[in-house]
Amino acid sequence: MELVNWFTTPLQYGFMVKAIWISALVGIVCSALSCFMILKGWALMGDAVSHAVLPGVVLAYVANIPFAIGAFVFGVGSVIAIGFIKSNTRIKEDTVIGLVFTGLFAFGVVLVSKVKSTVDLGHILFGNVLGIADSDIVQTVIISVITLVTLALLRKDLILFCFDATHARSIGLNTTFFYYVLLSLLSLTAVAGLQTVGIILVVAMMITPGAIAYLLSDRFDHMMLIAMASGMFSSVMGTYISYYIDGSTGGCIVVLQTLLFLAAMIFAPKHGMLVRSRQQVSDS
Amino acid sequence: MNTFSIDIENVTVAYHGQVALHKASLQLKAGTICGLVGMNGAGKSTLFKAVMGFVKPVSGRVLINGLPIRLVQRNNLVAYVPQAEEVDWNFPVSVHDVVMMGRYGYMNFLRIPRSLDKQAVRDSLERVEMWEMRDRQIGELSGGQKKRTFFARALAQQANVLLLDEPFAGVDVKTEKMMINLLMELRDAGYTILISTHDLDSITTFCDQVVLINRTILAYGETSEVFTEENLSRTFGGSVIDLSRSKSQLQQG
Repeated sequence: MELVNWFTTPLQYGFMVKAIWISALVGIVCSALSCFMILKGWALMGDAVSHAVLPGVVLAYVANIPFAIGAFVFGVGSVIAIGFIKSNTRIKEDTVIGLVFTGLFAFGVVLVSKVKSTVDLGHILFGNVLGIADSDIVQTVIISVITLVTLALLRKDLILFCFDATHARSIGLNTTFFYYVLLSLLSLTAVAGLQTVGIILVVAMMITPGAIAYLLSDRFDHMMLIAMASGMFSSVMGTYISYYIDGSTGGCIVVLQTLLFLAAMIFAPKHGMLVRSRQQVSDS
Repeated sequence: MNTFSIDIENVTVAYHGQVALHKASLQLKAGTICGLVGMNGAGKSTLFKAVMGFVKPVSGRVLINGLPIRLVQRNNLVAYVPQAEEVDWNFPVSVHDVVMMGRYGYMNFLRIPRSLDKQAVRDSLERVEMWEMRDRQIGELSGGQKKRTFFARALAQQANVLLLDEPFAGVDVKTEKMMINLLMELRDAGYTILISTHDLDSITTFCDQVVLINRTILAYGETSEVFTEENLSRTFGGSVIDLSRSKSQLQQG
């Protein structure tokens, strides 16, 4: 009974019910995308884009348009800027990525400190799912639906794009299109993710679930399911834990995800460290 | 039937102002296994890219089966078998998944396989003796099995121009024999097969034609006529180590 109460008590509050639903949804959506992110090798790119969207989000707030639009412009724009600088200078890619996203993020931080608002824009940085507004809920649901439908419809080609872009081109697929599809979804899900964990940590939602699933599965479809399950679990449980300890929801979610990753890293039945060290012993 | 399957006419390709291929010309008819020989950086991969339609020549043109290059991809005319180093073997796909990717060009955009696609995949896998292994994740395979999987993908594509990049590097003898036999069957069925390789012995063994490349196409044609010591010197700039062996094989043949 104690255990059931632990789960049901917070649900007497409307804000908790909303928070649980939204974090579950965001957890699922970011995790679905994370499988593609880690297989394509876009973890650094995910970090960059999720930070670069900050000024876009603040400016959208000022202009009273949906955050998603501002995020999209700055998300895609930052990658175009990265490409441009890389092609026209001798600076290496990782440096260019770091330069561009920190510059844009800093600009966003300045905007946050200067824009007078009724809403604490600091919530954009750290998340505020416990105080989420209904308009934000609508936006998050729309983004989630767009992302999940796109991934469902284009799944096979996106997998091919991540695995063998050369083959994709050779059979006539437009790899540039898929590049921008993934990039756009990345920008949009950053907006969804900022509700629960904030801009600073949203990259974790786009990497860790995929990484956990990668250690636990050798089939892409299973990987997606495992990622989404771990994303949903850590989001919901993280929200509950933050309620009870009165601590940062975003922080709790990401810490929980990281702990799940550590468990997978050590105990995974095929790719975990325990299994590997046993194999090495028996090989020698 | 006068159409060449591969017709490269005076093609020049440049990347950022650097010329990779200069006025290259090559005509191959259907039904040939042709070796592509040259040093690294001499333009072999550029040539492949031109045939696949990945690079636009600065001048000249490329026709595949008489069709301009922009129609090549949509019509599944050319299949490419990559080098092992280029593949992410940890990717969570099975042998069957990889071969099915060869069919995407024929499938609807949701990529739902029809029985025709499933049959093509099955036939290809059986031809390379990999049907039993179809559910294995690709990282679990041996070197030869990995090669055969990607070969099956090219077969499933049902393209009759095949480009192979170092197909025999790191494969076991059984796989090598199987692939050579399969290539000869395909040649007899009218396929045009271009093999980029550093293995000069294999050229004399089963390539009926050879193309020598060094920033331009130095020579091409019947192996017995083109594969000479003088031509190889021009191809490798004098750095071929064991010309004497190749030469003695030519004298025997």
